Formats: sequence, C-alpha cells, structure tokens
Amino acid sequence: MEVFINMALLTLLAIVTVAIARQRNLFGAIILAGVYSFLMASLLIALDAVDVAMTEASVGAGVSTVFLLAALHLTQSLEQKSLHTAALPAAVACVIGGAVIWGTIGLSPFGTPDAIIHKHVAPKYINDTVKETGVPNVVTSVLADYRGYDTLGETTVIFTAGIGVMLLLRGSGRRRRQREAVGQASKSGEAS
Amino acid sequence: MRLDLILRIGTKLLLPFMLLFALYVQFHGDYGPGGGFQAGVIAAGMIILYALVFGISKAKLIAPQWLVERLVPLGVLIYAGTGVVGILTGQNFLDYSHLAHDPVHGHEWGIFTVELGVLITVSSTMVAIFYAFVERGR
Repeated sequence: MEVFINMALLTLLAIVTVAIARQRNLFGAIILAGVYSFLMASLLIALDAVDVAMTEASVGAGVSTVFLLAALHLTQSLEQKSLHTAALPAAVACVIGGAVIWGTIGLSPFGTPDAIIHKHVAPKYINDTVKETGVPNVVTSVLADYRGYDTLGETTVIFTAGIGVMLLLRGSGRRRRQREAVGQASKSGEAS
Repeated sequence: MRLDLILRIGTKLLLPFMLLFALYVQFHGDYGPGGGFQAGVIAAGMIILYALVFGISKAKLIAPQWLVERLVPLGVLIYAGTGVVGILTGQNFLDYSHLAHDPVHGHEWGIFTVELGVLITVSSTMVAIFYAFVERGR
C-alpha cells in the first residue's frame, strides 16, 4: 500500500515538473509550483519525515507561492520566447541526471536499517537525546543543540536574504529620501 | 454593501487559530513536529493573509514596518547571543550545559531561546519581504 502511494505521488510529481517546464503563462507556472510543493509535502509525510513535510508545506506551498505572485505583480505574466535552442541545456540536464542515477546504484537499498548513514552518529542522537537535552523530538535536539552551528548559519541565510530583498526592492535610505525630496520639489514646482 | 463579506468574516475567524497554531508549533516543537522555522512562517502567513484581505495599511497597524525590520536582525542576535552566553559560562560556543543548574535543564533553556531567535528572524523576514514587494508594486 505504501509503495503504491509513493509511486502515485512520484508519478504526479514528474507530470507536474514537465507541466511547469512547458508552461509559458507564469501565473500557471507559479500555481503548478505550489502544487509541486504540496505533492512533495505529502510524499515526505508518507516517508515519515513530518518536520520536513511541515516546512515544505508552509514555505514551499504557502509563503513562496505568495512571494512569486507578488513578484509576478511587478512584471508581465507571459514568458518571453527564448532566443537560444534548448539543445545544450537539455544535454547538460541529461548528463547530470544520468550521473545522479548512476550514483544511486552504489546506495544501499531503500529503507535498509543497517546502511552506513544509520551507523554513524544517528544511534547516539536517538539514544542520548532525552538523557542529554531533555527534548524527546530528536529532530529539534539535532537542529537546535547537536548541530546548533548549522542552524545559526541557516538563520543568518534567512537574515541575509531578507536584507538583500529589502535593499534591492526598496533601495537604501539615502536614495529613497533623495527620490522623495525630488518628488516634493517637482510638486511644489507645479504648484507655483 | 461590500461583496467580499464572506471572505472578510472568514479571514477574521481564521486569524486567531493561525496564531494559536503557530504558537503550538513553536512551543510543542520539543515533543512533536515543528520548531521556530515552521512557526515563523505560519505566523508570517497570518500577517500576509490579513494584508491580502484588509489591505497593507491595516496590516501595518498590527505589524508596523519599522518594528518588523528591527526584528530581522534581533532573532540572529538572540541566537548568537545564546552561543556567547555559553562561552561566558565557561563552555564552548553554543554549548548550553551551564545555562541552568543542571546540564539537562540548561540544554532545554538553550534550545528554547535558540528556537525563539529562529522564530523572530524567520517571521519578520517573511513579512518584511512581503512589505517590500507590495511597496514596489504601487
């Protein structure tokens, strides 16, 4: 049953991906990207990765769809025809995709409990998290405690992205004040 | 009579539950799925939904722009500050063992403050980006 659900979700993901690539209307592409994130969140729930599923649903399907629609509001809603042929990008995508598939051959089978990645630090985290941090959710204790550095970096990335978008869209304070001053000067010029 | 009555009343009914769910995800993250990142996005989603339905000027009354933009660095400072407090108590950076009387409670407090920092930065960044887009579109 679980295999069937995973297969159905993966097939839908592939269909949506092709649809996004072929879609010229940007509004449709944004909505399909939201659908993609929602399918991905469902797949992650089926894989028992609830924390990641929650992030994918809230960030991917929720906020980023709103941001993309807001960005669409600033531009036109039809993609321009590309001047180049798609031959080179298609070749690069095929080579990289082939390399990724070739890499999966070396992995241990899906869901194996004694794969190398489950033998390294994972048993320590799972056994010691309540004893050492008092937090039963291993994901939280790994994110905020055992791997606190990584999450500090992640938070800094969010901070940097926010500052970057604000600078790009609003301009620095001095430039904005100059623009407003010019606007007021032209208004008073019109009045006199 | 306005035609979007159902939308406005429905949004008003939804908003408190969205905030409650964000707080639940934040403070129950130690036991269930979720944490500062997800809670921050849900809390920001509440403000964004309010702004979409009632207009940006109404939203700026409950989340003023100057406050939102000051909260963006505050969260990172809380996170990094927790790490520095770890150094001051004689441990490594981001080691919470000496934040309370026994190490387990120290770690609980450390995780709590660090998640609070993530919540503040993520939610305010999302709202600030939304405000920036809306202002540009005018």
